[in-house]
Amino acid sequence: MTGAPPRIVLAKLGFDGHDRGLKIVARILRDAGMEVVYLGLRQTPEGVAAVAEQEDADAVGISMHNASHLTLGPAMVEALRALGLATPVVVGGIVPADDAETLRAAGVAAVLGPGASAPEVVAAVRRVAVPDDG
Amino acid sequence: MSPSPSPGPAALLRVARGGDRRAVARLITLVERGGDTALEIAGLLPAADDAGHVIGITGAPGAGKSSLTGRLLACLADAGRTPAVLAVDPSSPLTGGAILGDRVRMDGFAAGAFVRSMATRGQQGGLAFAVPATTRLLAHLGFDPVIVETTGVGQVEVDIASAADTTVLVTSPGWGDAVQANKAGLLELADVLVVNKADRPGARDARRDLELMLDLGHISGLEARAGRRPEIVLTVATTGDGVPELLAAADAHRASLAAGDGLVARRRRGRRLELAATLERSLRALVDTAMDTPAGRRVLADVEAGTMSPADACAVLLAGMGPQPPRGA
Repeated sequence: MTGAPPRIVLAKLGFDGHDRGLKIVARILRDAGMEVVYLGLRQTPEGVAAVAEQEDADAVGISMHNASHLTLGPAMVEALRALGLATPVVVGGIVPADDAETLRAAGVAAVLGPGASAPEVVAAVRRVAVPDDG
Repeated sequence: MSPSPSPGPAALLRVARGGDRRAVARLITLVERGGDTALEIAGLLPAADDAGHVIGITGAPGAGKSSLTGRLLACLADAGRTPAVLAVDPSSPLTGGAILGDRVRMDGFAAGAFVRSMATRGQQGGLAFAVPATTRLLAHLGFDPVIVETTGVGQVEVDIASAADTTVLVTSPGWGDAVQANKAGLLELADVLVVNKADRPGARDARRDLELMLDLGHISGLEARAGRRPEIVLTVATTGDGVPELLAAADAHRASLAAGDGLVARRRRGRRLELAATLERSLRALVDTAMDTPAGRRVLADVEAGTMSPADACAVLLAGMGPQPPRGA
């Protein structure tokens, strides 16, 4: 059957307590008809990757507000690839424009900076999170 | 990301039997999507057996189901067992989206377990349609026990009692008094009763009210028909107090079922309910199709305008759907 909702795992990585943005994104994606597996605060890339595997996620979204995106963004991508998963990673939060290029070069599928609107968030996630029909 | 051509269900199942969690996850996705692939997977599993133990955890929103499940996972890991969890949360009736938030409460306890979140996708009754097929798959793959956590439920969401071997109902202090406890519904179907948040005031009162309910079941004869008086366990999910006792009570219930013909009877009942649910789903699809014809839309407009009664409209629509069931139901 087609038309299954995209399944998105959302988390904050590392020592970063600013989860309001992630909660808003969870709600935006829910209201756009997606299934959001919400993990919340203080996760590790390896832990999130294991969850993405069990949940058969179509995308992983991480929210960064502690300036560690250049470390943890690529680490998230690597943790997924280490499990053999091609799951796309979306990074949101306080990410300077120059760093967005660096993240994309490291395999991050999309970057949503400060001020991204709800439609922009939905469009970016929909673009990368395509449930495969296998 | 273009995924390589996906392996078919039989190949996935072979790999999943070898312990590959990615294959297990993929199989659940296919079961959840339904259709021919889901039927193919069901057909690959052995016919009815009495292996495994499906534990249902149910109760009102906020009673502590997910936190307790997390603590159960820790207990099970200590005992060297490999459990799986199917955590069900509601889909939005407006958009079909869902926030699956049960894992947050299991954070730190789920290592080694296989935990899968599942949205109800329009199903009523506290479960998703794919739950029975998924628990069968997980039990077949050797996960023991398979824990199904329902959505937060009220008094009438009783599907879990047919989908699980052991139904655990989680209450908490202040959930209601002895009158609530004696109302018909979910309470009478529980195999193990939990008063969670037992460190809070009112826990002893809650226990007393549940004991009283069970006493009355003894007098009325319900207990004799059920053949067993449910155990009451006090727990504190935030500390883990009482959780080993809860696991012991669930295991004891499984053992008592297996000692007689209870387990077989339960699983027969479960398959009967699954048939009914499948039939209802098919009928609902027929109804949706009938409503979407030109005649259906015309009748719908008349009903919306108040110029035709729903009963008359129903007769018109049924007449367009083939063989006639008796009218006036």
